[in-house]
Amino acid sequence: MSGLKEIIQEKISREPFAGNGVLKDFSEKGMELFREQGIPTVKHEEWKYTRIAAVLNSDFNYAANTSSVTKADVDAVRLPGHETANELVFINGIYHAEFSNIRSSSDALELLPLSEAVKGEYKKLVESNLGHSAGYHPDGINALSNAFAYDGLFIEVKKNKVPEHPLYCYYINDARSSSVLSQPRTLIHVGVNAQVVLVEEEITLGSSDSFINRVSELVVEENANVQLYKIQNEDVHSSCVKTTHVRQVGKSKVHSVTLTLNGGMIRNNLNFILEAPGCESHMYGLYCVKGTTHVDNHTIVDNVKPHCFSNELYKGIIDEQATGVFNGKIFVRKDAQKTNAYQSNKNVLLSENASVNTKPQLEIFADDVKCSHGCTIGRLDEESMFYLRARGIGEQEARALLLHAFAAEILNQIECKPIREYADKIISERLGFEL
Amino acid sequence: MSEMLNTLEQTALSDYKYGWVTQIEADEAPPGLSEDIVRFISAKKKEPEWMLEWRLKAFRQWQKMEVPRWPNVTYPDVDFQSIKYYSAPKQKKTINSLDEVDPELRATFEKLGISLDEQKRLSGVAVDAVIDSVSIATTFKEQLAEQGIIFCSMSEAIQEHPELIRKWLGSVVPATDNFYAALNSAVFSDGSFCYIPKGVKCPMELSTYFRINAAGTGQFERTLIVAEEGSYVSYLEGCTAPMRDENQLHAAVVEIVALDHAEVKYSTVQNWYPGDKEGKGGIFNFVTKRGICAGIHSKISWTQVETGSAVTWKYPSVILKGDYSVGEFYSVAVTNNHQQADTGTKMMHIGKNTRSRIVSKGISAGVSQNSYRGLVQVAKNAANARNFSQCDSLLLGDQCGAHTFPYIEVKNNTAQVEHEATTSKIGEDQIFYCNQRGLDTETAVALIINGFAKEVMNQLPMEFAVEAQKLLAISLEGSVG
Repeated sequence: MSGLKEIIQEKISREPFAGNGVLKDFSEKGMELFREQGIPTVKHEEWKYTRIAAVLNSDFNYAANTSSVTKADVDAVRLPGHETANELVFINGIYHAEFSNIRSSSDALELLPLSEAVKGEYKKLVESNLGHSAGYHPDGINALSNAFAYDGLFIEVKKNKVPEHPLYCYYINDARSSSVLSQPRTLIHVGVNAQVVLVEEEITLGSSDSFINRVSELVVEENANVQLYKIQNEDVHSSCVKTTHVRQVGKSKVHSVTLTLNGGMIRNNLNFILEAPGCESHMYGLYCVKGTTHVDNHTIVDNVKPHCFSNELYKGIIDEQATGVFNGKIFVRKDAQKTNAYQSNKNVLLSENASVNTKPQLEIFADDVKCSHGCTIGRLDEESMFYLRARGIGEQEARALLLHAFAAEILNQIECKPIREYADKIISERLGFEL
Repeated sequence: MSEMLNTLEQTALSDYKYGWVTQIEADEAPPGLSEDIVRFISAKKKEPEWMLEWRLKAFRQWQKMEVPRWPNVTYPDVDFQSIKYYSAPKQKKTINSLDEVDPELRATFEKLGISLDEQKRLSGVAVDAVIDSVSIATTFKEQLAEQGIIFCSMSEAIQEHPELIRKWLGSVVPATDNFYAALNSAVFSDGSFCYIPKGVKCPMELSTYFRINAAGTGQFERTLIVAEEGSYVSYLEGCTAPMRDENQLHAAVVEIVALDHAEVKYSTVQNWYPGDKEGKGGIFNFVTKRGICAGIHSKISWTQVETGSAVTWKYPSVILKGDYSVGEFYSVAVTNNHQQADTGTKMMHIGKNTRSRIVSKGISAGVSQNSYRGLVQVAKNAANARNFSQCDSLLLGDQCGAHTFPYIEVKNNTAQVEHEATTSKIGEDQIFYCNQRGLDTETAVALIINGFAKEVMNQLPMEFAVEAQKLLAISLEGSVG
């Protein structure tokens, strides 16, 4: 694991972090755990179907601060609707203010380096929330992110504010000259009665290998409303592990949609910790993959408090040699009576070499609950095909029509219009469907 | 509702009615496990050299293996050196007829409700009774032999049908398959062997009854069923144990081979001692059961009613190798008090046009933990594989847990796989409906549970179904009614 050794070397040779002791302890603890655990292998139950070690073995540089990215490079990757969005640009894992456009006023939205946030008025908040995801992912990958957390960004969406502009986050890896490993880290606090839309996209420049190990932790307060959209559309050299960890500490609503089209080895961890009665969480996902792409969605809904509702629907269209992995966990703790939790995973296999591994998992410790999960794996329904063919629609077209309809159930969950239209466009192109 | 809660809170569990000990002199090996013990067992059984070699190979491999930690159960580590690996009821000489069986033993089996006497002929069930790992008596042997069916103890089979044993033993569960299977392979002292020749439909249900009697022993029995082309057999298995404060280990292996057009139906009512209300004592039930549909159009069906054992760890599986073969798994697992169960099945689709069906019903009460863990695997060449799985859990009481871990791995796009799972408690409206029609809450709960488990109960052979229903009621008595 030469690449990783270098990462550790780099870390050790770096100036000892001069700031607040809290972050220093935190990152040292992360490094220690990483040394102990290493990169998880397939023997690790959570990584059974995803050979992450195989990807991470190649020589990666941890080129955190060196990059030749220009404004033109950034302009080329902006998402539709960026003209009216707050744009946050991370290059090789580090937030770059010079490329970013913050349009909302500072009394609605505040951005601080984590190393600053941990000192001031947010000290307590950062201390009690940074690394909360480690409890759910006690593995080497998460530990590695913790070890480098001091480069992270803290985002505060102020109490009672609704920033009119959505937050677009671009995570750009510059792999034009060499392979790059980057570890963007964010902690987002959504205040009481606040509302925010977050759109995230990873982009790799160049054709060397790129690996993003990203951890985003969100803390959502009472009556807040959060929409999370992720678009993953990279080339086969780009792999990633993305952990989005949402703590709903007050009665709030969070809505998440994850779209995956292209990439190397993609692992998404999406956690919802429902820590207040009456929380509502919606999780939608669509993976429409081909080639050798490997997409792995691991989701956790942890019902800590009673009267929460969660609904999850992940759909997969898998073509060529691609692999889809789904693992959905629902935990219902002892006190979480009256929980309603639903989960569904539906997959369509389009080619002989496509495969799916799915594991819906329920762990329930309370009796007065309604939980269900279902999953299906199969081909396109022959009867529907026949129906369309009988009405004079060509095979290709009929297939595209059916697949688009299958995907539309997820696409329609994107409430942010420019993003929905963009997503529909790229998905339709993939499926050969004319809008 | 409050009435229902009261019923739920009553914890007066009826006593485990199979909890007595029979005072029979036993021929035992000293506690502990070593190559010498393996040799001792093999010598005791007057086994041929190849059998000893087979055991030693398994034992050496076992020493290198680690105790599996992945099941969702917690229990104190088993001290493998404190267990007696051989305990046989003392017998003076070889038995020629049932009349010569130790009267104490016969009384034991009568208490269990399995009379070894020929009266049993009336019910038409052939029984092989295994006490503390040693087969005591097999009934109806001659009648079965007329049709060419071999139904005898494993040790007898090793002596009399070595060619069949050498061919099939370990062919489905290899000696080194997993930790407990390897242990079993090294030290198994007896079990049942059943061979159905080509084209024969076994005229009666075959049954094995297992009982752990002696203290400080483990039970390691091995069952092998071979169904030749076009044959059919229905096999029943039942088990009980005395009440003891210590945990006793039961690590069995069951292998089934079904050749072309053969069908094997294997039903289990597992009622090992579950431990007392505080979770003290009880059997650790770590069992490997696997069948292979080796031929085309073959079928293996597992039906199990799991009510006993302190800790259960068991996954009856079917390897669907032959084209058009069918695998089925029907299970009711009940846990109460401090019981823990991690049970389910594996369906491995390898042949073309294979089908499997999984129906699992889990009922948890008290402070028990009940997990379903299943694997449905469709291999690359398993065209048109079809699977339907349904796992339902019912929670009775707010201290227990119900968990599902279904693994689904599909590598063929012509496969059609469906999985459904639900977890819920008995609805207040259901209870209300029954109350309104004059059923008290206790009866209503019993009725609803019976309905919940019916799909599986219907799969059991008649004689067992009655027993299983009673067991279900007894296991949950006090917690629901």
